[in-house]
Amino acid sequence: MSESGRQPDRAAGRQGAPRRRRPHSTSRDLERYADLFAKRTQVMRSSAMRDLMAITARPEVISLAGGLPDTSTFPADSFAAQMTRIAQESSAEALQYGPTEGFEETKACIVEVMEAEGMAPDPEDLIVTTGGQQAIDLITKTLVDPGDPVICEAPTYPGALPTFCSYEADIHQVGTDEDGMRIDELEEQLGALARAGRRPKFIYSVPSFQNPAGVTLSEERRRRLVELAREHEVVVVEDNPYGLLRYDGDPQPTLYSLDGGDYVLYLGTFSKILSPGIRIGWVAAPPPVLEKIGLGKQAADLCTSTLTQYFVREYFGEGRWREYVDDLVGIYRERRDLMLHALERHFPEQAQWTRPEGGLFVWATLPDYIDTTDLLAKALREEVAFVPGRAAYVDGRGAASMRLNFSASPEEELREGVRRIGSVVSEQVALYETITREHVQAPSEDDRGGGADVVPMPKRE
Amino acid sequence: MKIAVLKGGSSLERGVSLRSAARVEDALAELGHQAAGIDVGQDLVSRLRAEQPDVVFVALHGPGGEDGTVQELLEILGVPYTGPGVAACALCMDKVAAKHEMRAAGLPTPDWAAFNATAFRELGAADTLEEIESRLGFPLVVKPASQGSSLGVEFASTRDRVPEALVAAFSYDDRVLLERYVRGRELAVSVLDGEPLPVVEAIPREEDFFNFEARYEIGRTEYTCPADLPADGTKRVQEIATRTYETLGCSGFARVDLILGDDGPEVLEVNAIPGLTDTSLFPMAAEAAGIEFAQLVERILFSARERPGSESTLRRQAGPLPAGP
Repeated sequence: MSESGRQPDRAAGRQGAPRRRRPHSTSRDLERYADLFAKRTQVMRSSAMRDLMAITARPEVISLAGGLPDTSTFPADSFAAQMTRIAQESSAEALQYGPTEGFEETKACIVEVMEAEGMAPDPEDLIVTTGGQQAIDLITKTLVDPGDPVICEAPTYPGALPTFCSYEADIHQVGTDEDGMRIDELEEQLGALARAGRRPKFIYSVPSFQNPAGVTLSEERRRRLVELAREHEVVVVEDNPYGLLRYDGDPQPTLYSLDGGDYVLYLGTFSKILSPGIRIGWVAAPPPVLEKIGLGKQAADLCTSTLTQYFVREYFGEGRWREYVDDLVGIYRERRDLMLHALERHFPEQAQWTRPEGGLFVWATLPDYIDTTDLLAKALREEVAFVPGRAAYVDGRGAASMRLNFSASPEEELREGVRRIGSVVSEQVALYETITREHVQAPSEDDRGGGADVVPMPKRE
Repeated sequence: MKIAVLKGGSSLERGVSLRSAARVEDALAELGHQAAGIDVGQDLVSRLRAEQPDVVFVALHGPGGEDGTVQELLEILGVPYTGPGVAACALCMDKVAAKHEMRAAGLPTPDWAAFNATAFRELGAADTLEEIESRLGFPLVVKPASQGSSLGVEFASTRDRVPEALVAAFSYDDRVLLERYVRGRELAVSVLDGEPLPVVEAIPREEDFFNFEARYEIGRTEYTCPADLPADGTKRVQEIATRTYETLGCSGFARVDLILGDDGPEVLEVNAIPGLTDTSLFPMAAEAAGIEFAQLVERILFSARERPGSESTLRRQAGPLPAGP
């Protein structure tokens, strides 16, 4: 799902100004394009969900669908001072291209952030990327040929799936519970692949405060995962955007620190601790892998924005970044508590949800007769939005779940948003119970037929 | 001429509407008109008053824009607009009312039963499901009564799948219908100014047959136009479509979706304001008839008319209406 759920309506923004667009294409042109599209474009997100998500961006909708940090808390005067300093002291350099792997000064800031989570990377092992999303893209580009197996959690970060799909990975999802990825299932999966003579190119995991499930991989499982990676000589991609946003409980060691950086590729980002708008993330990886990633990055965009790297350098130079993270932790902890409290109060007893110790998301699961993609339509009539669970799976699972974000909305909106969603859920639960009370489910022989018994019907625009 | 193109709004088909409108605005500019897009919202009336358009081109889809709500407003303002009037819009958007009209006019449409949520909650409607199921048979189709798109349309192959299909459909509307499933060829007849255009047939890939999301993607469903039908078959389908268009009181343009089963063509629904995007079927049919997109937009524009008994309050002096082609 788009992490930029609140973009201003671009169409509205254009109004009034004369637009210059190339002449419209005819339907015959379109058919010509259809033959030109690469196979990988077929796996891009469905229009049905895209149309639904288009409405969540409307200003009157309370959106719990985004994955946005609250940037309104960043002190604007300090931002202004830093940018002014850059303009006065380093204008030419800040406006110039930079090295593909990023500035040494940026890497020094990255080392500080990783040290705060108990890691001690060699700056030589780092490459600066255009956000964490590019890091996922570059790693997949570097490691995956079409048809190669990739393992990830079920549910997984919805934004990683289009990336894996666009490189035509064969995606295998391993279940999660309250302690994160099920390592027993992972072992089974690795065994099954091995028996078929296949080896996954990597295991992708968000071990801390997972997006979307909000769960955290236990220390025991972390150790076992790292062992398995060594035994099977498989790479683990540890995506850790939220690690410093812990609201209670003890910090867990990162997979990267447990492994020493041999089989674990580490992905970090400034998006959640400073700003997603600056688009700066990174990869920590062994030099041979890093070299290939660097070549991929050259092909993609030559270098990460120099201007925003200068901003990071200035910002870290003030030495107050930990204080800002602490502020965020305080704000988000309150919002998480508020959301959990509102869920208790407004969701029916048939619903369940996770209780994250950090991060930005709660994952709620409803009775299996409710499809949250349909429910979103009803919720939008009440002007509230969430991410339907299906977005976090490649195989149609997750239909009864939803991702709720608590970091981006002020308290009153958060409370009201959960209340509205709870009310549409309760309505559907009551309706189902009314229908089935009299509608006795007597399965006949015919009922034993194929799997997908309830499927959406086709229709055209 | 100055044309306001109404688009977007808050319906679930907002995305389709924005794409339709973008093409229409381009075509209008190409035709030498001054086009102003208006994303329909709280400020619609004030925007219309500020723009003072000669004609309004309605490129809205779904409830709000296609059900007569906006049209009612345009009549009060007395500004000519494209597409059907209030009554036809309301009728086409309500699948149940439309089916009753079709039945009364002797037009073929699959058997159905309709409920609102209150019937289940307060009147024990669940008791009748068994009779309905045995009358309609399986598989059956469950649809929201008033959605223009395919959202919420479910296919239930067995009776224990009916309750969740109903819950899904009730997410989109307070009224739903259960409909007999007709296996057959999927046809769409676009009607322009009361005249049928060549028939479009949608031929989904085998593996996508029940996968609406896959079929939605460009290149996944094959469309042929004109559909490969015998001459009398084409004539029959077009005749039914045109009669449906007239029966429901459509004007300007509309698209009639039919299924051609063993018992001949049956009408599934009428889109009072069909999509005009790159992938939409109406422009495809027009092109097969030799009508380029800009011409099509011009013809739809010419069909806009001042509704009887109304006088524009937008302008002190209403400008002259364009003559028909």
